[in-house]
This record gives sequence, C-alpha cells and structure tokens, in this order.
Amino acid sequence: MPLLDIRNLTVSFDTSIGLFKAVEGIDLSVDAREVLAIVGESGSGKSVEMLAVMGLLPPSATVTADKLEFDGKDLLHMPPHEKRHIIGRDIAMIFQEPVASLNPCFTIGFQIEEVLRFHLGMDRKQRRARAIELLHQVGISDAEQRLHAFPHQMSGGQCQRVMIAMAIACKPKLLIADEPTTALDVTIQKQILDLLVGLQAQHGMALIMITHNIGVVAETADRVIVQYRGHKMEESDVLTLFEAPTSPYTRALLSALPDNATGDRLPTIGDFSAEPAI
Amino acid sequence: MSVPVLETHHIVRDYHVGRTLFAGGQVIHAVKDATLKVEKGKTLAIVGESGSGKSTLARILTLIDPPTSGELLIEGERVDIIKTGVSKQMRRKVQMVFQNPYGSLNPRQKIGDVLAEPLVINTDMPASERQDRAQQMLKKVGLAPEHFNRYPHMFSGGQRQRIAIARALMLNPSLLVLDEPVSALDLSVQAQILNLLADLQDEFQLTYVFISHDLSVVRYIADDVMVMYLGEVVEQGSREAVFADPQHSYTKTLFAATPRADVASIKARLARRAAEIA
Amino acid sequence: MTQTTEIAPISASRTSRFAGLVEFWHYFSQSRGAVIGLVVFVLLVLIAAFAPLLTTHSPIEQYKDAFLLPPAWSPGGRPEFLLGTDPVGRDMLSRLMHGARFSLLIGAVVVTLSLVGGITLGLLAGYFRGWVDVVIMRVMDLILAFPSLLLALVLVTILGPGLVNAMLAIALVLQPHFARLVRAAVMAEKNREYVTSAKLAGAGHFRLMLLTILPNCLAPLIVQGTLSFSNAILEAAALGFLGLGAQPPTPEWGTMLANAREFILRAPWVVTFPGLCILVTVLAINLIGDGLRDALDPKLKRS
Repeated sequence: MPLLDIRNLTVSFDTSIGLFKAVEGIDLSVDAREVLAIVGESGSGKSVEMLAVMGLLPPSATVTADKLEFDGKDLLHMPPHEKRHIIGRDIAMIFQEPVASLNPCFTIGFQIEEVLRFHLGMDRKQRRARAIELLHQVGISDAEQRLHAFPHQMSGGQCQRVMIAMAIACKPKLLIADEPTTALDVTIQKQILDLLVGLQAQHGMALIMITHNIGVVAETADRVIVQYRGHKMEESDVLTLFEAPTSPYTRALLSALPDNATGDRLPTIGDFSAEPAI
Repeated sequence: MSVPVLETHHIVRDYHVGRTLFAGGQVIHAVKDATLKVEKGKTLAIVGESGSGKSTLARILTLIDPPTSGELLIEGERVDIIKTGVSKQMRRKVQMVFQNPYGSLNPRQKIGDVLAEPLVINTDMPASERQDRAQQMLKKVGLAPEHFNRYPHMFSGGQRQRIAIARALMLNPSLLVLDEPVSALDLSVQAQILNLLADLQDEFQLTYVFISHDLSVVRYIADDVMVMYLGEVVEQGSREAVFADPQHSYTKTLFAATPRADVASIKARLARRAAEIA
Repeated sequence: MTQTTEIAPISASRTSRFAGLVEFWHYFSQSRGAVIGLVVFVLLVLIAAFAPLLTTHSPIEQYKDAFLLPPAWSPGGRPEFLLGTDPVGRDMLSRLMHGARFSLLIGAVVVTLSLVGGITLGLLAGYFRGWVDVVIMRVMDLILAFPSLLLALVLVTILGPGLVNAMLAIALVLQPHFARLVRAAVMAEKNREYVTSAKLAGAGHFRLMLLTILPNCLAPLIVQGTLSFSNAILEAAALGFLGLGAQPPTPEWGTMLANAREFILRAPWVVTFPGLCILVTVLAINLIGDGLRDALDPKLKRS
C-alpha cells in the first residue's frame, strides 16, 4: 500500500476574474522509503497540490479528490484537530526561503524545542538533548552554541539545515521539500541535497522533492512526475525520464537545458508545439 | 580587434560598515583587484556565488557606483565618476539588464513609456519617432505592437525580461551588463531569452558582461569566463580553458557541486544508492 | 526571432485601466462597511452640493417666534422645522445641511495642504537622506511631539481665530504623518531595480523623484489621506467647539455644538444632531479608508 495515495485531485481558486483551476485531476502516490520528484515550471501546480495535502491552502481554495489518503487515513475528511497531529509529525514540510521560514524573534533552539513539546510532549531536559542531537544530524557542528542563535545570525544554508532538523524532529514518515535549494548557492545546494537524501535513506522516510530544476531531479529522485499547468504530463522512473521521455513537453524541457545545446541555438518549447498536448 | 569595449585595471571596491562617531568600524573588501578586458561582440561571463562581489563589480561597470581605486575604460576612454561624473554620451554606451524582471520595470509605467523614456531623457526626438523606435524594438525582442499600451504586471516573467532587454537597447549601447538575467525564469523561458540575447548580439555587435551563478548557462553563452570568490578573482580565461582544466580549488568545488543531468551520472548515482541500501 | 509562447496573466481583450478599476472594485466591495461608507459619503457630498436647493430656510435666518422648537415629531414641534430650531430660532435642518459644506471643505483643503507639504518634504528627505533628511525629520518629530489639538490651539491663538486659520493650523499638524509615510515609501522604492534602470537611462533627480518613485508611493498615501480627512473634520469641530474655529453665525457643526452647550438638558436635539452628523461623516470616511487599505494593499505586493 502506498504511503500517500492521491486520486483525481483538483484544486481551484476563487479569484477576481473567476474560478481558476491550479491543479486538475492529478493522481499521485508515494511509497515508503521512496524519493519522488515533482517537476514543473511556475504555474504547474506542483506546490499547490502538496499544500493541499498539508491543508495549508487559503480559504479561497477548493480541494476535491476521489481519494486523499496518508498511511491509510483519509486526510480530506479528517477533523482539523486530528489533522494537526499528523501534519508536522508524520508529514513534515520544508520551504524555499529558509530564512523567512524561521521566526526571527526566537532562537533556533526554542523553535526546535517547541516542535518537540507540541508533538511529542517531551520534558525540558529531553528536549534540549534531542535538539542538540538533531542539529548534529543535519551537520551543524557547534550545536550547543547554535541553539542560542537567532535566524538572522546564520547563513541561508544553515537556516535550511535548521528547518530540516525541525522537520525530522518527530521522525516523519513523509518529508515534503518545496524547492529546498532554489534560494541557495550551488555549492550549498549540493550539501543540502546530499543531506536530504542521506537522511531519507537513514530514517527510511519517503521524500517528495518539488523543484523546477532538472539537475536537482537527476541528483536525487527515484521516480519523477512532470507537470504542466496543473496537469500531469509524464510519470516514470528517473532513468527512463532522461533516457526515453515519452511526453513532448518533457522532451522540450530536457532539450532546453543549456547542457544539451547542439549548435548555437537552444531548442525552446515553442519549437516543439505551440502547446503541449494536455 | 582594435580598442576593447571594456577594460579595467585593478578595480577595488571597499565598503565601510558599522562606522560611528567614535569607532572606525570595519572595512569590507567587496571587490579586490579585478582586471578584465572584453572585445567587441564578445561575452565575458562573471561567475560567483552570493558574496563574491560580482554584483558590486556590475554596479561599477555600469557606472552606477565608483570604484574605490583602479581604472575603468569604456571604448578606450577613461571614466572617473567621482572626478568628472558621467557624461550622457558615456551613459548611453553602457546599459544593464537586471535579475528580477518583476522589480526592474516601473509598475506604474506603460510598456511604451518604459521603452521611450531613455529617448525622452537623452534625445530631442519628436514623440512620433520615439514611438516608432519603441515599436520596432518591441518587435525585435519578440513582442507584439499591441503590448505597447499595457502595464508590466500584465506580462509574464519572460516577457518582462524581453521588455527590460528592449529598454536597455533603446540607446544603442555598445556594452550590455546582464546581471543574472535568466536565473529568475523558468527553464523553457530561459532558453528563449538566451536565444534572444544571442540573436541580438549578432545583429548589433553587442558586447556582453554576463553575470551568473549557473555554470551550464555560462558554458553555453560565454567566450571568456571569470570566477570570483569572496571578492577575489580566482580564475580567468577562455571558456574552453576554464571548463576543461579549472586551476583554482574553488572553481573545482563549484564544478563538482553543479548538478549533472546526464544519463551516465544518473546511472552512477542509482548504482551507489543501490549499494548503500544493500 | 523566437516565438513567444508565454501567455500574459490577464486576458488581452481588457483594456488596462478598465481592468484595474474592475479589480479594484472587486477587492473594495469585499468589505460591506466600505461600500456603506461610500454610499453615505456620496449622499453627504450631494447634500452639500445642493444644500441651497434642498433647504427651505436660510441657515442664518432667525425666526423670532420659534426659539428652541423640538423636532417635528415631538409634541410642540412644527412641521416646517423638521429637526427643530436652535436657541436663536434658526432651522436646524438647514444649518446641518449647509454645515456639511463646511465640513467637507475643511477636509478637502486640509488634506490637500498637508498632502502637498508632506509629499514635498518626505520626497526630499527620503531621496537625498543625509543632512536634508535629518533636518526635515527632526522638525517633523518636533511637531509630532506636541499633542495635535494643543498645537493647533496655539497656532490658531497666534494667527487669530477663524475657519481659514483653523484649516492652516490643522494642515500643519497633520502634515508630518504624510511626510513620514512618503519618506518611508520612497526609501523602500528607491533601492528597487526599476529606479536604478531609470538612473541608467540617464534620468535626473527630479525625474526620478516625481515621475519614477512618487507614483509608486501613492497607495498608502490615499489611505492616509482618507483617514486624515475625517481627522481634519474632527479637529476643526473641536476648534469650533472651543470657539477658535468657524465663528458664528457660520453653520459649522463644531461651532453649533459649542453654542448649544448650555441647552443640553433642556433641548437635547440642538446638541444631538450636529454631534450625530460629525459621527456619521467621520465613521463613513474611516470605513472608506479601511476598505481602500484592503483593496490597495494586495496590489502593492503583487507588482
């Protein structure tokens, strides 16, 4: 049985110019211990569907699905107070802007311990010990001192490490990473990706990687879903995707990589077809 | 080649921070000793991560900020902002395209006015001629004449970047400084913009200084490459030389950290992963 | 040339200004209070504009046979004086309607004056920074350090009582708020890339300040302007109440309140109605201001 099982998910927003469907009829499933990458450009709905899973969409959004199950439990019709105990404990999420994701008013130690207190009900001493352990796990060496640091005293890469520490604090079964390295430098990106994949293998959790970066997909994923304007274009394992992509959109996307340039011009989506077939 | 379009000798830029009435504060060396030369019609790529001083250098090259010391020559003519200021003639020769296409266009200005503004300021062309020039330029960058009366928020990121490029070209500059012009764009749009830049370079014999952190883009577009790290120029040379045989350890780290999206490296990674699990 | 496959976020058929208005109205009408406020305000403007046509009496004519008549519906009231008469026999309704003219005039003049002053000073301070900023903002701080009504009182005492001087004083007192707001907005906008790119195009200081930066600072100013409108009316009424604003027999609401003070127990309507008018006007304008803030803020973030 898949860990996360979504059938026919549709998310629409009520805007000033009418109803806008951000995601339409998406099927998606993740097994335990699997790294799934969802790739798409802006407007592909890749973040929206994960926010829908987390229940983090604004009230103007309407979420419908035939099935939205996590670990055998129906997330769609679950009462909010029950959901709060799953979100953040069994499903954790990290975001694109690490510095903005941390509360600037509190030390990072306090913020990590807050998660432990709320979800696991640990006492003060246990929390402190666990927080230090977590920081070590995400590769922050001087953990004892760093607990007293405020987010603005740390670099973007370190903040993202802290975010990851908070996310794995409760040993989640599923970690959703929404563009976790987009705001970071290339060398830092490499470290964070290695850390994420390492932790995933070590803890045996499932990892959903939302990204627009083909390179990140190639470096991390087992299986890939390609999305365009709220529709699924292609789903395959990572090697097949790069070796023999089936959808024209994926082919266009891959050939737009400057690495794959032949001659002095890059093929663009427009050269393939004005609109990918939906 | 005759006179290089852009030449600098030992450019240094220091910032004083934390200086108060009583304490001297600290000096930060944002750019340490940058010497470079770009011939007409060529592209120099400046590569670096955040804090490398590449944006500071860009502001010096575009005559926005003066260097603390060193010499800057545009088409063989020495420019000293502090002593003599920037003449209109000189200002027209150097233009810039920014990273964020959402911030570089005035949200209250129609596209037509965005394009015509440089002409209004610098020439005494009649309005009808200005409009003609703007229309032509709009067509050159791949937009339609009916876009003329719209506001920037009605355009997508890629279209805005086209507008920004069109505006930069209105005064027929010889040097265009492009500060991460494609890093905020989706992959497929990035390809279109890179193609556009290549076309324009051919047509107008433009000289580019292309600032980027993305090595795959740099490898595609550059003739010469300069790598900066913490304000220092650590590597400089032709594209072939730098990519084939990087000398400095930082350049090597940077290359190693860049995600690889080719089938061979995916296979290698999957094999490693299988071995780890087994 | 490469073909564009990108699609503009908004459909091409709509003309820009119209679409902007539609969008603005969509957000504005989300708030019911703001719409009610707008309706009341429009009614007030109409009443003020057509006051001479709507009223049956002159606002300053004294009817010797009708001192302190109660409203028409109470025992002893007379139908031709719908809201009764004041201590010297003037028709309340006519006075209130003409009073709307003064209140709106005060609001408009004061807001215009303080807007112009505030924008000028704020632009200079925020754009040039350095000593210009220090000098201007310290003077603003000085003005803000006084309780506003007290400062207005002092100014009016120096200039002499009267509606014009009261308006000048209030404008001066309100103006630092605009200056601070403009300065903050200018400082935020000044470092945006579009300003740098205008600079690269060769734009001078004045062009940058007035044509490039200022139009992008207007949204918070509109909100502050609306709220100051009601503030101005209140302060003018307060000055009028203290006898330093509009002088009798001008039918200004604050002055009317002041003159009727001693009859508050015997003839409550002479105090109640002007007070109600001030309340309703100020409330309506504040509601509009809140609605404007909600409608303009998300737009600011988007572009």
